[in-house]
Parts: sequence; structure tokens; C-alpha cells
Amino acid sequence: MSAERVPVDPALFTWPDEAPRLLGSECRDCGTVVFPAQTSCPACCSDTVVQRRLGVRGRLWTWTVQSFPPKPPYAGPATPETFRPYGVGYVELPGETRVETPLTVADPGQLEIGMEMELTIVPLTTDAEGREVMTFAFRPVAPTGGED
Amino acid sequence: MDVAIIGIGIHPFGRTEGVSGLEQGVHAARGALADAGLQWRDIPCAFGGSTSAGNADTMVNRLGLTGLSFINVANGCATGGSALAAAVAAIRSGEHDIAMAVGFDKHPRGAFEVNPADWGLGQWYGEVGLALTTQFFAMKIQKYMHDHGITEDALIRVAEKAFRNAEHNPHAWRRRPVSCEEIASSPMVSHPLRKFMFCSPSEGAVALVLCRGDLVRRLGRTPIYVKAVSMRTRHFGSFEVFSPCQALEQAPSPSVTAARAAFEAAGLGPGDIDVAQLQDTESGAEIMHMAENGFCADGEQERMLREGETEIGGRLPVNTDGGCLANGEPIGASGLRQVYENVLQLRGAAGPRQVPGRPRVGYSHVYGAPGVSAVAILQR
Repeated sequence: MSAERVPVDPALFTWPDEAPRLLGSECRDCGTVVFPAQTSCPACCSDTVVQRRLGVRGRLWTWTVQSFPPKPPYAGPATPETFRPYGVGYVELPGETRVETPLTVADPGQLEIGMEMELTIVPLTTDAEGREVMTFAFRPVAPTGGED
Repeated sequence: MDVAIIGIGIHPFGRTEGVSGLEQGVHAARGALADAGLQWRDIPCAFGGSTSAGNADTMVNRLGLTGLSFINVANGCATGGSALAAAVAAIRSGEHDIAMAVGFDKHPRGAFEVNPADWGLGQWYGEVGLALTTQFFAMKIQKYMHDHGITEDALIRVAEKAFRNAEHNPHAWRRRPVSCEEIASSPMVSHPLRKFMFCSPSEGAVALVLCRGDLVRRLGRTPIYVKAVSMRTRHFGSFEVFSPCQALEQAPSPSVTAARAAFEAAGLGPGDIDVAQLQDTESGAEIMHMAENGFCADGEQERMLREGETEIGGRLPVNTDGGCLANGEPIGASGLRQVYENVLQLRGAAGPRQVPGRPRVGYSHVYGAPGVSAVAILQR
């Protein structure tokens, strides 16, 4: 029997879902999209905002690699023995916003500004009740060949 | 109305075991009073801040319960700049003739511990591993290098200069010069930034005594005038620390708007500045802040660093006391350290690290989470 899988925060993405989407909000007055959803618009101060399911593909706008274990409240493995470096970046979702996100790749040689990325949901840790805690992340879109 | 700085005091930065942040603040305050030739009872109002070392106003228990107006300032990395702005405003308004600005701190070792709720973010932001200032600075310079042709060589040169300048600064933390080779081979902390390219949280304290410009003569001190002081917060679309998303259209950083406001208020431009202290929490920050504050075009920094233009003795000396890289960052005190250094430089009292040619105008700039910036322009 596989462990129950719960989102790190239920407001961040659709879950459980075979095709999960990040949950943002969109301003009815000026069209600004933000992630995660909030109840007012940071651009025009309007409070007429609606939830919006964000696109799942975009391009890497910038990135780094987290190479030392973060202090709490980081929930991933954080001892010197268990910690594994992870990538972090902003992925630009066309026409929406740039989302700050963990990356599935931590090798600087495999990360490049402008590369195509897609949303994925990955395990972060196991909680006290034995459930697998899931987070959103972005991974490189596998090259399909023939395209640059 | 002119406002003058007539007294400066500092407690050495770095690590001082057994001395609380508060005690370091008291040390700095007494130093500033002695420098100004004043007593604590002569100070009618003070503005002070500390992030990790307690309420600044508890200093009155040590300095004396004179009943003065003491206002605590809590504004992240702009705490020192904000305390200075408040002290200047208190004098300009006519409410007080004399004021003190003071800041101190004492942070635990390692990266700053971040409580996401303090920044308006859900706990998830820390849980998934995004609540680190180091990541932001790395991602900002990564993008900047990509867009403007800055190379690792520039990052190395900034760090090498910082430790070399600090060698001649008795109150700096890291005073051992570090070679370019050692910097280039130090461990990668957050790509593209290596160990020696980052500053660390530390300890220290700075205090300034200010007064009305027309009182300077009576008090008999050499005045350094505050020509302008400005503080700004982020705009929609600027790329800031602790941002789960950012707008597709990028807006200027608050450093850009704080700099413009300060230059306008002072009636000066970047070309008038003889010495500058720019927030250098890491090598990339100094590079980007050179452009954001108006001292060069984007990308020009590579050549300026290579040709030594920001060295002591160069066209625009930057971070002459070793900056955050060599002093560490005690948040409450850090912005005031820059002002302290500029006062020394404008007085001609900076010793072996003195900028030649009798500098007349000094510029200081802090930037921090979650997108705050403060600028001060001093003139002798």
C-alpha cells in the first residue's frame, strides 16, 4: 500500500489531480496575474480578483543551486548526511507571471536561462503521520529532437 | 535647514564574545557623544534599531534615564538609514536641535533564519526551501550577468577589493587579504556566488550625533552636512527578495528611486560623488548597485573593476572600509557603518584607507528584504 500524498499547502496547486495546475489569481480590473492567489491586486490595488489555474510550461528566467541545508522551517532532509543540493529558479509562464520554484535539476551544467520547463509535483518529506508531503517544482522539458 | 553630523562612534564589527548587542550599542553611543563633546543628558531625542539584539530604547538603562524621546526603528536592512532619516527629520522640523541615530545587532551564526509569516508568506515558502536571501542575490546576479555580460572575474575582483580595503580598517571583521585565486577556488554557495563573495550576519554597533547646522559653530565641531537622505520601498514589478512570483514587466528597484530622490534633494548628480558605500551583501550586489544608484551603465562595471576605478585612489572609490563583505552584516548597524565611514573620509581621518584628494561628497546606500532601500548624501 502506498503512502497517502498530501500537498505542502492546499492553496498552491490542484491536488490530487492527474494534471495538476498551480493556483494563482488574476485581477479583473488590470489583468495582473500573481502566484500564489491573493485577495487583492499588488499592481492596481483592486480587490476584484479571481482564482486562475496557471499554465504548466514556461522558460527558465533565472536560477541558482541551493548547496547548503536551509534552516527551519525547511522540511526537506537537512542534516549534512541527508541534504541534497537542489535547484531554484523563476520560470516565466507566458502572459501570466514568473513563478519562483524549486527545480528538479541541481547541476549547473544542465541549467540555462531560457530553457523550457514544465510543472511537476514531487515529494518533499514525510510528515509525522507517515504521509508523503508533496511540493510543486519545475523540470526541464525533455528534448524532443530536431528542435533547437 | 542644514543638518550636520558632529559625532560618530562605533563598536568593532565581527564577533565579540561576552558582549551583548545592547552593550555594543552603548559603547558606540558613548563614542559618538565623546566625539561631539556632548553628554548623554544633552541628547533630547534618539532613533535606534536592532533586529536580533533587543529593543534599542533599553539602552537608556545604561546611558541614563534622562526622559528623552527615544523611538525604536525596525525597517529590515534599511533600519540604520531609516533611523538617520528620522533623526534628520526631527531636526529639520524644528522639534529638536540635537538628535542621535544608533543601531546595533548580534546575529546567530549561519544564514539568517527566516520566519515566512514575518514577510507575509505562507509557511510553505520556507518548507519547500525558498526562504533564503542568498538564493535571491544569486538569481539576481545570474540574470544580470546573462543580460549584461558581467563575468565571474568581476565578482572575484569585488571580493578581493573588500578584504584588501578592510586590512586598513581597525573595526572591520575580516582583515586578512584574500587572493583572487583563493576566492575563485572557494566553495560554491549559491551559483554563481562562492563563499568569499558573500557577507555573513555578524555583530557591531554605530551611533551618530546630529545637530542643526547653525549650532555647529557654537558647539565647535567640524561638521559634515547631511545633504539628503531618502528611503523607498519596492514598486510593483521590481525583482525582490522573498517574492513567490514577479511581474513579467520589470520595474526599477527601490534603490533606483531612492537614489534619484536623494540626488534631487541634494541638487547633485552621480558625477559629484567622491566616495561611495554601496550595499554589498555579496559581490554581485555591489556590481548591480553601482548601476542602480546611477554611477554607471549596466555592464560597464566589468571594465571599471578591471581598471581599478572603484579602488581607493580610483575615480569612484566604493566600499572603502571593506563593506558588508569584510564587516559582516549586523542589520541594525550596517547602514550607519556606511555613514560612519563617509564621515571619516570627508573629515580626512580615514588613515591608511583615506581617499586621496580631500573628498567633499560621500554617498551611502543600503538595500534589503523585502525590497527597501535608503540613501544618504553627505558633504563637508
